Parts: sequence; structure tokens; C-alpha cells
Amino acid sequence: MTNTVDTDKRRFLTNATTVVGSIGAIAVTIPFISSLSPSAKARAAGAPVEVDISKLEVGQLLTIEWRGKPVFVFRRSEETLSALANLKTELRDPHSEELDQQPSYCKNDLRSIRQDLMVLVGICTHLGCAPTYRPELAPEDLGPDWQGGFFCPCHGSTFDLAGRVYQSVPAPTNLVVPPHYFINDNKLLIGTEKMGAA
Amino acid sequence: MRLIDWIDARFPATKFVKAHLSEYYAPRNFNFWYYFGFLALIILILQIVTGIFLTMHYKPDTALAFASVEYIMRDVPWGWLIRYLHSTGASAFFVVIYLHMFRGLLYGSYKEPRELVWIFGMLIYLTLMAEAFMGYLLPWGQMSFWGAQVIISLFGAIPYIGEGLALWIRGDFVVADATLNRFFAFHVIALPLVLLGLVVAHITALHEVGSNNPDGVDIKKTKDEQGIPLDGIAFHPYYSSKDLVGLIVFLFIFSLILFYMPEFGGWFLEKDNFIPANPLQTPEHIVPLWYFTPFYAILRAVPDKLFGVMAMGGAIIVLFLIPWLDRSPVRSIRYRGPLFRIALSIFTISFLALGYLGTQPATGLYTSLAQVFSVLYFSFFILMPIYTSLDKDQPVPQRVTGK
Repeated sequence: MTNTVDTDKRRFLTNATTVVGSIGAIAVTIPFISSLSPSAKARAAGAPVEVDISKLEVGQLLTIEWRGKPVFVFRRSEETLSALANLKTELRDPHSEELDQQPSYCKNDLRSIRQDLMVLVGICTHLGCAPTYRPELAPEDLGPDWQGGFFCPCHGSTFDLAGRVYQSVPAPTNLVVPPHYFINDNKLLIGTEKMGAA
Repeated sequence: MRLIDWIDARFPATKFVKAHLSEYYAPRNFNFWYYFGFLALIILILQIVTGIFLTMHYKPDTALAFASVEYIMRDVPWGWLIRYLHSTGASAFFVVIYLHMFRGLLYGSYKEPRELVWIFGMLIYLTLMAEAFMGYLLPWGQMSFWGAQVIISLFGAIPYIGEGLALWIRGDFVVADATLNRFFAFHVIALPLVLLGLVVAHITALHEVGSNNPDGVDIKKTKDEQGIPLDGIAFHPYYSSKDLVGLIVFLFIFSLILFYMPEFGGWFLEKDNFIPANPLQTPEHIVPLWYFTPFYAILRAVPDKLFGVMAMGGAIIVLFLIPWLDRSPVRSIRYRGPLFRIALSIFTISFLALGYLGTQPATGLYTSLAQVFSVLYFSFFILMPIYTSLDKDQPVPQRVTGK
């Protein structure tokens, strides 16, 4: 037996201990990091909401709470619909080509199932404020070119009455259209799609 | 055997006091700008003590939080005082920290060998911003809710992982009970511990290299036979007594605000925050608290979500880089050339202007002005290597000036 130190063996043991210890330490952080993700309860919330639209006048807007978020339901006039068709050049995504901002059945220029009835998640795609509904034409604060739409009070993003974002505003994409369908002429269900329908 | 000897044999009490107070030699020419580090420490203690007492009555639950704050204000004996001390203390903290940081810019306190003092200080500032932001959610008013909604959404701008990250931070699909509860945990325990650790690091680094001074002269270069800098005086009793005078003046102003205008016209406690949080309606005019408005103005000046967020983050990151951007051999503004003086003046005006613009609506002229001042803000840093190299600095004296 000699007194010389086997440095290779020491180095191997040091490295092995460091690597195994580090892996263990990282593994231990996983439960803590995961614990901050939405809980099962938060994920389960979000049942569909039924809305009675029979008393909704033209131009009127209803704010519904769905999954804790505001959802705007409003009725557009004939003039609004024809005005929306003429806006295309001022908009960033006039044909709703950006996916995930609307269900496939709302991927049209008016972004709706029924032309007159618009359903939108009322959360600005910039930083999550609730935009204000400004259907009037050319109000003093928004300038003479205002065609009616949504104005976000936080950072000045603007959207038209189909929730399409204007050019040169901070919001990058159109407002989100939530999944929804019409149970009948007077009832709307937000948060789910019609079972079995194409 | 005296008690102190008994302790010193077991714990370095006297050694510690000597190293950091009675035999810590600070330059003898400290001026007005050198009060703010001490005051920041006092406010930190104030915030911790008032915070502990507030947690004894506050309820971190979306259904109870708003009412529990009102309960503190109306029903808890002296609760109003403790709460106003805490809310006024938060704003006072930022006033003092901004002046403290400005002092660093004036006298080049970030320059070699104090880079780490500056970096630790910046980390303190960053942690303080997180601490203030999370604390502001707790009263669960309209501004609490929408401020948190906006700031958390900033993370959503990061490509690919952003949305998932924002969801993870909130712990729910919207700012909700889970968010409030975790912000409470971060605000009352996690971040204060980080803050204390960073303060220890900041002061340890400072005491290792020694304090800078308004002349930017290295006092360690000229020492007497005992190795004590000729231009140095012991922190205690000389600066401890000077700082007490500063503290009295500070407390005088602080008390005036605390007792006569604790909301400070909506600047320290925003009016909309006296309305309980309503996730369905954003307040007409949403503004962060005054200490965030310069960065908020930069965010809004950029008409693109991702670039806006990057500009805002960048505005803070560039501050970390100053020690390496500044190429001048001279520390103090007293001996700097005209270029740096002009640059620092423009920067100061831009920062204040952005702070004002961040409180105004994001329309027309205001946005254009914010864009101009944002460019000026960044120019101060980006052009710094150039103008500090070209500048005509004056000779720095061997010893500090003044009698």
C-alpha cells in the first residue's frame, strides 16, 4: 500500500458528485416551478355562458363575463357593415389571416357567424386592457377620421367594429373572437362550439 | 472581564463596528448628495416594520383584500398611520433611490473599482421595482388589477414562450386569486429577503473599495503613517451625526406628506384604486405609479408590442452597462468636459419629461414627444463611449477640495 493520492479517482468522484448533485437539485425545483402553473381548479373553470340577445338594440353592446374575461356582444347596423368593407387599407390584418385570433367559422372579413352580431373577447391584444366601445363617428378626442370601433385607453390601440386592428398602433393582432354559436335567433352560447356542426 | 471582551472572544462585534463604522474612513468632502444611501436604508427598515404590522390585518384573497385594507384604514387602531407610512414610504423610497442613483452619475461612482457597487445597486433597484409592483396589487383596487394585467402581459410579448410565461406568472387565465396570493408571498417574504441580501452585498462591496466623493479623487492614494487616508474621516461619529441631520430634514418633509396629503394628489395613491377591482372594465385613464412612468412612456412610444417591451427592458438594462460605456478617466462632473455635462443634462431632462409623459394619455403630440425623449434617453448611453472619449476633461486634483 502506497501513500500517493490517486488524483484521477478524486477528480472523478468530485465530478460525479457535482453532476449527480446538480441533477438532483434541478429536479427538486420542478415541483416548485410547476406549483405556480394554473391549478386544476383554475383550469376546470370556464363553463360556457348563455346570452339572451333578443333585447339587444342596433349599436348596443353587452359585456359578458366568461372565464373572468369581458366578452363584448354587440349588434351592428347595415351602415356599419358597409363601412367595414371599405376600411381594408387602414388595417393590419383585414382578412383575419392571423390564426388563433378567431375560430375557423369566423374567418371572414366581418369576423362573425351572423353579420349583424359580433362577439369579441374584450381584451386588447397589446397588454390586456379592456378597450372602450366607441361606435360614434368622428368624436372630438379620436379625430375626424374615426369610423367607430374600439379604443384602448391604456396605450391608444384602435380596432374597427369587427375587432380588426388598425395599422401603426401598439396592438399586434385583431381582437380575439371566442368560440360561440347561436342556439336560436335569440340565444347565444359563448365558450363552446356546436357539437357535430361543421 | 468586561462583557464586550467576553463577546469579542466569541463573536467579532468590536471588529465589525470598527471595520464598518468607527474605523471606516469616508472622504471628508461629502455633500448633500451623500444623504440618500443612508436614507434608503432607513426607509427599508420603515417598510419592513410597517409591512409586518400590515400583514397582521391584511387578507390576500380577492373577495376580502379590498375590504381588509379599508378595515385597516378605519377600524384598526392607528391602522391608517401604519398603512400611510407604508404607502408614503414606498414613494419616498423611489425618490431617495433616484437621487442616490443620480449622485452616482454626477460623480462617476460606478467607475472602476466600484462597478460591482453599481451592479448590486441596480439589482436592488430592479428588485425594488418588482417589490413595489407586487405590493400595488394587494389593495385589489382598479389600478392594482389593471396595472398587474398590463405588466404581466408584457411578458406575453416574448416570442413563442411569452403567453405560457404570462400564464405561469398569473397562475390563472386572468389576474385572479392565485395571482394575488402569490404576489403577497413574493411581496412580504421572497423579495424582501432578496433585497436584504443585495443591500448587504452593496455595502460590503462599497466598504471593500471605499466611498467615492464629489471630487472623484481616490483618497486611498494619500495616507498618513497609520495608513489612514489624509482626506478620510471616520464614518462614526462624523457622518453618522451628519446623516442624522439629513434624517431630521427628511422626516420633516415625509411627515408633512404623511399627515397632510398621504395620497399626494393621486401620485402616491391613485384615485381609481379606491374602487374595487373590476375585471370587466378598465379605468378611463390608466397610469402606473409615478416611479414607473419614464419606462412606461418608452413602452408606449414604440408602436409595436414586442419592440415596445424590448425598448422598456432595454432602458433599464443600459443602466447596468454604464461602468463600461463611460470611457472617461475622470469620475466627477466637476472635472468633466462640456460633452458629458451636456449629455447628462439632456438625459436628466429626458428622464423627467418621459416621467411626465407617462402620466398623460397616449395620443398625438404626447406620443411624438415621448418618441423624441426616448431617442434622447438611449442616445445618452449608446453615444457614451464616443463623447466620453472625445471630451476635454480637466485635470483632477491630488487631494479633495474644500476646507
